[in-house]
Parts: sequence; structure tokens; C-alpha cells
Amino acid sequence: MENNLIQIDKKVERRSFLKKLAVVALAPLTVRILASDDGKLKKVKKWILDNGYIPGDHKWGMGIDIGKCIGCGRCADACKNENGVPREPFFFRTWVERYNIYENGDIKVDSPNGAIDGFEYIPSKNKMLRSFFVPKICNHCDNPPCVQVCPVGATFKSEDGVVLVDTDYCIGCRYCIQACPYGARFLHPEKLTAEKCTFCYHRIVQDKLPACVEVCPTQTRIFGELNKKASPLVRFLRMNKIGVLKPSLNTEPKVFYANLDMEVK
Amino acid sequence: MEEIIQHLTPILRDIWGYIFPNEIELHWGILIVLYPYLTGLVAGAFILASLVKVFNVKELQPTYRLAMLTALAFLIIAPLPLLGHLGHPERSYEIFLTPNSASAMAMFGFVYAWYLMAVLCLEIWFEYRKDIILWAQKGKGLMKWIHKIISLFSHDISEKAIKFDKKWVKIVTIIGIPSAFLLHGYVGFIFGSVKANPWWSSVLMPIVFLFSAIVSGIAMVLIIYMVVTPFRGKSLDIECLDKLASYLFYVMIIDFSLEALDFVHRVYESEESIKILAYLVSDKLFISLVVIQLIMGMIIPLGMIALIKIMKSPPELKKMIYFIAAILVEIGIFTTRWNIVIGGQLFSKSFRGLTVYKMTFFGLEGLLAGLAILSFPFIILFLLTKILPPWEDAKTTNELSL
Repeated sequence: MENNLIQIDKKVERRSFLKKLAVVALAPLTVRILASDDGKLKKVKKWILDNGYIPGDHKWGMGIDIGKCIGCGRCADACKNENGVPREPFFFRTWVERYNIYENGDIKVDSPNGAIDGFEYIPSKNKMLRSFFVPKICNHCDNPPCVQVCPVGATFKSEDGVVLVDTDYCIGCRYCIQACPYGARFLHPEKLTAEKCTFCYHRIVQDKLPACVEVCPTQTRIFGELNKKASPLVRFLRMNKIGVLKPSLNTEPKVFYANLDMEVK
Repeated sequence: MEEIIQHLTPILRDIWGYIFPNEIELHWGILIVLYPYLTGLVAGAFILASLVKVFNVKELQPTYRLAMLTALAFLIIAPLPLLGHLGHPERSYEIFLTPNSASAMAMFGFVYAWYLMAVLCLEIWFEYRKDIILWAQKGKGLMKWIHKIISLFSHDISEKAIKFDKKWVKIVTIIGIPSAFLLHGYVGFIFGSVKANPWWSSVLMPIVFLFSAIVSGIAMVLIIYMVVTPFRGKSLDIECLDKLASYLFYVMIIDFSLEALDFVHRVYESEESIKILAYLVSDKLFISLVVIQLIMGMIIPLGMIALIKIMKSPPELKKMIYFIAAILVEIGIFTTRWNIVIGGQLFSKSFRGLTVYKMTFFGLEGLLAGLAILSFPFIILFLLTKILPPWEDAKTTNELSL
């Protein structure tokens, strides 16, 4: 722990030294901005130190077993409560889709209010071939297109692999929303900045599970370390046949699905 | 908040198939349609102007200065729709101060500043310098001072100095052509590089943007020239119009071929997204893409200009046909931008559904704001022509003719 603190102090020292260099170089333009930035940096440093959390020591990911999901939507509900996501059915950090695949080849997909109110039975003359629920969430891509396109660097991949948005910095251009292949982002209707799943960052730095994982009654969602052999996520990856969404786009998702169907996009 | 909810709730009824819940709100609206349209006009007008200086197309001399001022007027307004669209416009300066070098959008500020300051303003200054000095000498009152200031208090109109000006106009134009390509090709890249969106993601996008930009620029200068000249009580230079129409025709052929190539390529490759895109084109975009963009904005004006060139027509008929063709082209290019920006957001990235775009009348993202922004460049152009009259007669007699 102490070692870690020294490490962080060293890092911060180096960073502030580099910033001082930058101030000299671009003095008139940047002084104000860096001043406010320094304040922010101190706050973040204090917070991380208080929690004894070293981002570089972790690499987070999630496993989702489609075979286990019952479509109760408690995850989507818990997420909205935990993260203050607007309750209206247009803003979701996570949601659950239902797939009904019929014998004649018809496919019906729906996610009414993100599954928060459950699903209604759809009467159909066709015989059902297979049906299942798919929880969706930001994939925290290792090669994230949203981070690539952000013009000011407000959205970034943290050292622990979590893709986050600095809402004090986001200008609300919505390019990241366009760049996300999974529809995992939205613009907060009041803050007017980009929003997305953070894996409940405020919880995981305190060794707690993300809200959606915590409330899932069937343990469909497994959260954990990708680089630690003993982690339940690594076990999940070892015990199942695994797929990711839209692999052809080379986004390298860190959300892994077991029992993934070809119809899920 | 309430407004957004009220706007989004009825859209739920118009959704076909399945779209991701976060896709119900359409993120880039009319303002982002205007942005590539306006920058396209800038690049197009500039390239038209450069034909005179670099490629020595003498017939186009009457529209040279007008084209430069048109480019400037549209460039000044181009960032406005972007700014209006931002959730936090007050933070927009961050794009200049802490740009993300991996982001195509972050380059906007630099490309824009380069183009405005290093290309357009510089070329206009060198081109007008002698005239501004003469106007400042002869003028009175406020205009005298305006001219004095924009001449940057230079007063050397010796033959040597003018030769120097001319040389630099040419150099800046030569730098300006790739810059204009960069300005608009870059806008195409913003869309073309989004791999998540198969409607946008195409390597041809910057080139298609560029040629459609040149088309719209030529048509716009032709329209402005044809409207303004009679108002000034002057007669239109028919040779100039013929040349403008010819260039418009050639560039439209290139533009049409590129778009046809893009279309054939998509259909032939027939990737995962082809079904939903085919449905998009045949349903949601049928009027704006097939009827307006393709038939009204491309095939009909091409046919009109071709016919008038083949048959020996009287000048009056020619003028009328050119004018109508240019208006149609302008509408066509606007819908091209619409179909790219709005069309690209009407289908779900789940490839399973379509949504609708409902434009409001009032509000920043509304029709009224869009029309206002679209009218600003014309107001600026009007003011610019007062300060820097682009007409040939103003130049030769060294007097303000307006």
C-alpha cells in the first residue's frame, strides 16, 4: 500500500513537472486552464488515495451468460437508480433485449423500456424456434472508437481498461455517440454531455460490484479481473464458449458473452 | 428536459423493427446537415476561382472575385451550425487548446483557421490590394477608413509591387487548391471514417464530398452572378455563363460517376448491412435520395445543360436553362448532405429497424434556425460586396459603382 502511494506521488510529481514545462511554453493561453486542471487533479488524487485504489493494478471486464438471463430487467432498473440515469425510456447505460426466432425465419427483437417493466407475451401464429434475453452494456472496448473520435479527449480509456467520460470536459458534440457501434452512449438531457456505463466506477474502486451485477438474481453477469487467474471472470472465460459483439469491427470488447446467438448484433 | 421527452415520445410510435433504446434520439440534425453544405460551397467556390488564376480560364474572369468573396462569406458562417449544435459551446475552445490528435473532428479548428487566414484572406488581400489603396485615396468618410485599415496601411502601387501581388495571388491559389481539397475532403472523412455506420463508412466519402462540393460551389456562383448582375443594371457575360455551365456539367459527370461507383460497390459487395440500407433507400429516403437528389438534382440538370449545348440555342433560352439547372443542382446537393447526415442515422446499428427524423420549427435545431443560418452568408456576402466590390467595372474605373 505504502509503495503504491509513493508510486502515485511520483507519477503526480512527474505530471506536474511536465505541466510546468507546458506552462512555460504556452504561458498566456494555458495558465487558466491548467490552474483549474491542477485543482481537479488534486481532488482525483485524494479520492483515489483515500480508496487505496491503483488503476494500473487492474483490468476490468464483464462476462454475460445469455443462457441464464430471465429478462427481469432488474439490472437496467438498478443501473438507473445507482447512476441517476433519467427514467425516460430513451436513456440507458444498460438494457435487456428479447429475441424471438420463429420457425419460418421471422425474428422479433424488442426491449420495451429497456426491460425495466418486464416483457409482454407476443402472440404469433408461427411456431417458436428459440427465444432468449440478451443484456447489453458498454463493451469497454480495448480499441474504443468513441475514444478515438472525441475531439477534446473528454472520453478516455482508464489504466484499468474502463472507458470513462469527463463530464467537466465534454463539449457535447455527440461524435462518440455516432462512433459507438453498440448504441451504448447517449447525451444526458440535462447535463448535455455524453453518458455511458462506467462499470459503476465509484463502486469498483471500493471493491464493490457494479449495481447491475449485484442485483442480478441469476448471476447472468460476472464482473471481475481479466488478468488475474483466480478471478471469477477468468473462470467464466475458461468454462464457456465465448463470443463478443460485432467482432469484425475490431473494437476488442471486454464484455464477453457465453451462449451468444448469431442473430445478436 | 421536458422538451426532449415531448419530442421523443411520439417517435416511439413511428419506429419500424427494433432499434437500440439510445438510438431513439437522433443526434445530428439540420445544423449538421448545414455544416458540410456550407463548407462544400466554400471549397467549390474557391476551386472555381482558382480556375482563373492557375489554369488561366479567361472567360471566368467576371466571376473570379465574386467567387472568392462567396467562399469567404460561407466560410465565416460555416462554424456557426457546429457551435449551435454543441451541448456546451462555451467549451468549444478546448478543441484548439487540447485537441485529441487521434480525432478527425479535432482537426477542424486547424484546417479552418489555415484555410481562412492562410488561404482565403491572404489571396483576397493580394488580389484587392491595389484597388483598396485606390479606393482609400478616392473614398470619403467611413468607407475611406475601412479601406485604409484593410489595406493594412500599405500604399505602394508601383508596377513592381503589383507584380509582386500577382505572383503571390498565384502562389496562394496553388497552395489553396490542395487546401480546399483538404477542407472539404476532411469533412467527408469525419463521416467516412465512422466504421460503426455502414452508410457513412466508405473510403470514397471524402472524394464524393469534394466533387459534390465543387458542383455546389459552381452552381452557387452562377446563381449569385445571374441574380446580382441584372440588379446592378449590367448585362450578363454569356461566354462566362457558357464556361460556368460547361465546368458544372463536367464536374457533375465526375460526381455522378463516383456516386454510381459507390452504389454499385455497395450492392456488389452486399455486406451485412445491405438489407437494412436497401430498405432505407427504398422507403425512408426514396423522395429525398431517388427523386430529389438523383433525378431532380442530377439527371434533369445534366440533361438540360447537355441539350442546350448540343442544340444552338438563343442566349436568352440558355440563361434561363442555366439558371434553372443551377437551382436544381443546389437543391440536389443540399439533399445529398441531408441524405448522408440524416439518412445515416435513420437505421439502427442493430440493422433491425428504422426510425424517423422529426424536425422542429422553433428552437436551435429547428427549421427556422436552419434557414436563418443559411441566410447569413448571403447577408455577409452583400456587405462584402459593398466593401470590396468584385465587379469588373469597379476595378477598371477605380470607383465604387454601387
